[in-house]
Amino acid sequence: MSPFAPVSRRAFLASSGMLVVTVGAASMADPFEAVVRAQAGGPYPDPDFRQLDSWIAIHEDNTATFSVGKTDCGQGTGTAFRQMMSDELDIAYDKTTCVMGSTDDTVDQGGSGGSDAIQTDGWPMRRVAAEARRVLLEMASAKFAVPVEALAVSNAVITVKADPSKRVTYGALVGGKKFHVALTGANIDATTGVAKVKPVQALHYVGQELPRYDIPAKVTATQKWAVDVKLPGMVHARNVKPPVAGATLVSIDQSSVRDLPGFVKVVSKGNYVAVVCEREEQAVTAARRLKCEWKKPDAAPFPKSDDLFTYMRGATATSAQRPIVHGDPDAALKGAAKVVEAQYDMPFQGHTAFAPAHATADPSNGQMTIYSNDMKSYGMRNGVAEFLQMPRDNVRVVWVEGPQGYGRTAADDAGFEAAYLAKELGRPVRVQWMRDEETGWDTKGPAFTFTMRGGLDGKGNLVALDYEGRSADYNHVGYNEADTVLIAQLMGVRKAKPSPGSAGTPSDMYEIPHRRMVSDVVSLPMPFETPVRTGNLRDPNGPQITFAAESFIDEMAAAAGADPLEFRLRMLKAGTGDDSGLKRARSIACVEAAAKAYGWEPRPSPKRSHTGEILTGRGMAYSFRNQTVVAEIADVEVNRKTGRVWVKRLVCAHDCGLVINPLGLHRVIECGMLHSISRALYEEVQFDGEKTTGKDWVTHPSLRHADTPERIDIVIVNGDPNPNRPDLPHYGAGETICKPMIAAVANAIFDATGVRLRRVPFRAARVLEALKAAGVSA
Amino acid sequence: MSRITLTVNGRAHTVDVEQSVPLLYVLRNDVGVQGPHFGCGLGQCGACTVIINGAAVRSCVTPCSSVKSEITTLDGLAKNGQLHPVQRAWIEEQVPQCGFCQNGQIMTATALLNRHPNPTDAEIREGMNGALCRCMTYYRVHAAIKRAAVLLRADAATPETAGKGGAA
Repeated sequence: MSPFAPVSRRAFLASSGMLVVTVGAASMADPFEAVVRAQAGGPYPDPDFRQLDSWIAIHEDNTATFSVGKTDCGQGTGTAFRQMMSDELDIAYDKTTCVMGSTDDTVDQGGSGGSDAIQTDGWPMRRVAAEARRVLLEMASAKFAVPVEALAVSNAVITVKADPSKRVTYGALVGGKKFHVALTGANIDATTGVAKVKPVQALHYVGQELPRYDIPAKVTATQKWAVDVKLPGMVHARNVKPPVAGATLVSIDQSSVRDLPGFVKVVSKGNYVAVVCEREEQAVTAARRLKCEWKKPDAAPFPKSDDLFTYMRGATATSAQRPIVHGDPDAALKGAAKVVEAQYDMPFQGHTAFAPAHATADPSNGQMTIYSNDMKSYGMRNGVAEFLQMPRDNVRVVWVEGPQGYGRTAADDAGFEAAYLAKELGRPVRVQWMRDEETGWDTKGPAFTFTMRGGLDGKGNLVALDYEGRSADYNHVGYNEADTVLIAQLMGVRKAKPSPGSAGTPSDMYEIPHRRMVSDVVSLPMPFETPVRTGNLRDPNGPQITFAAESFIDEMAAAAGADPLEFRLRMLKAGTGDDSGLKRARSIACVEAAAKAYGWEPRPSPKRSHTGEILTGRGMAYSFRNQTVVAEIADVEVNRKTGRVWVKRLVCAHDCGLVINPLGLHRVIECGMLHSISRALYEEVQFDGEKTTGKDWVTHPSLRHADTPERIDIVIVNGDPNPNRPDLPHYGAGETICKPMIAAVANAIFDATGVRLRRVPFRAARVLEALKAAGVSA
Repeated sequence: MSRITLTVNGRAHTVDVEQSVPLLYVLRNDVGVQGPHFGCGLGQCGACTVIINGAAVRSCVTPCSSVKSEITTLDGLAKNGQLHPVQRAWIEEQVPQCGFCQNGQIMTATALLNRHPNPTDAEIREGMNGALCRCMTYYRVHAAIKRAAVLLRADAATPETAGKGGAA
């Protein structure tokens, strides 16, 4: 039997008339209920964000449900939302639940992305909760015929101050009923009522280390994941991808699968091919057995990955941003006492989600419901409606949890595929990619190549910096776009104006008087239907840019014979320019906090003694993203015989303003740093001239338990010059963590060995080769 | 098709499938447990791990007909409504990020603790090395394994308190 037992549950709920369920956390997050509602034909209009009832429901038992338009990709944001909203509503945290991310249940806050959940979306959540509290106080005021000022509220109970025997709960005032209160605001982010949010000092749950509410289910196998969705009549699909990029489908030999057990159908349009079977393993087998004839493209779709950077440097830019110039960098470089030049390369890196992309779609009754872990469920709804040419309100996406989502993953693609196949079959379809598809064909963070020049004056100050960053990011795919999802591209859809892509510039607060920053984008020879397609990956360009920028600052410090941390602090403290978000002060605070936590003793890099098999070193790097500042330090061990690098110790100083949940933040920082170490040491999308060659965890390695640092120190910093201000903002925490880490590791390897690695990843063979070339190997 | 009987978490299930079907699909789609996950289908990542005869087994590369002993999945790790010490440790340490791989982490750790009740750092690194996590919870998994070892010893010393707490 299905663990979801959908049929009996549906029958029960249908008979009790609970087609719209508003009670409890389980209601809308629970696919049980979603299954129930899938039987209705729709339409499913958006909840009205200007109605308080779209955000908050108070129940008769004096509990509350918060409905928010975000998705939690595993970083505990739901717990943080409850903390913020419980505080503003004045209700006990454990009397609340949070519902997230399904298009017809929650307002469209965009799902997740950009580390903006707390920074941006937290504000309307706080304001609507404060408004609900205000409205409840008004109701109690009318009930007791006293002014609001005469009332006190605590834990969802309102009392008359002068006569505490007069008390009423939120549940008694509005439980099970609607507020019918209109909100204002030009858009969802600006949604507000009349009430003001509380000052930081009046927040009770904010700042507490509450455990995540979703973790118990995840360690007891009671969590229902998107992969667990089972629907009556559901069939299983597997894709058959072109064997090489840009191949054209010539013919399909249906007889190769027609007699297989459980075979249902081959679905194909353009170069998109899928096989559908009754059972999952049957679909896996049929997809392997299906014989297709493909014609290779006339020209190579991309260079070999070993030749990528030569290609990128020689290609004509498809777009170039206007250079950002301060001072006169050419003259300053000409007049410099010492000039350093360096070139850095960072390959394409994939999401390579732990669970290959998947989704289940139900086409019953003329509507389309997609069960997906995609972090932008609202966008998927719009995109699928456009792709299938269905009325938007007849498409909905039920968000169910899935594997890590750090940007534009292939979950987008799988959602569209499931919907397309369900429409073709007229039955619910569950599609899941196989491991080689996920590793080969998921979206990639763009490759970059950088050229940098820096000039020191006679005192060792960095007076000129010339930065040129170039990314292979043309036709960057957006989120859930009907004309860039993979199935559309394989069907021959081409965006009229492909995305120009982006490159970007370093994020630091250094005072460098003469500076030029240039960034442009190049295209691979074949920008469509390719497994080397770019999309957002955890701060789309920041880790690449910061690898180059903060490696180069380290090179300049070494050239100056300066301690690399003091060299940075000197440039931070010299700053006098605009300091929006107080980032300079907070940068200084973070760098100093990291140094203190580490126990940093000033000395120049590299260490000079190279004895023994293991060389040790330390490296630091710093950056910011939006308003969040991070300084990180890595200790490494480099094996001179094998080239293996072990990051032994990590320190992170992190300032994201007001911290909602320090425990949750701590875990996010810990894991974000390790993800970046995986990118520093192992991850690279490799390809020959016609296909990606990474297929699994052997051919596309990732960080493992054996690589785990033995010690991690995290310092949560509040570097605001007025740290106790009542309006201290909460900034986005996640992606900034990933920016400095790769450079910190490179800088530590340099400190240990005197060898500068300018090409990511630092796999053992590459490190050993560099050590040998420098005469440092053992 | 063959009739195959599997004992999963103390209950017998008879299913009608091809003998070569990987145990993972039978567990998920016929037996109806949801602890083991598909991650690679190649025995490389650990998402599908179950415990058979006290050892961690990759169900995605195990033909269902080859299994003769009882299978324990994450769904059956808690006994009599009380969480296993490894599960308690996981909650107390707040290990998961997305949590999708944690079946592999928890089941591999449970088998590791069967072999090494008081594992060293080296034993943890080696014993867990095949259990991948793309959120990179490794550091916290190590802390949780050490905590679980302590909880297991405490439970063994005072069996009447076994399983208390942990449902944070």
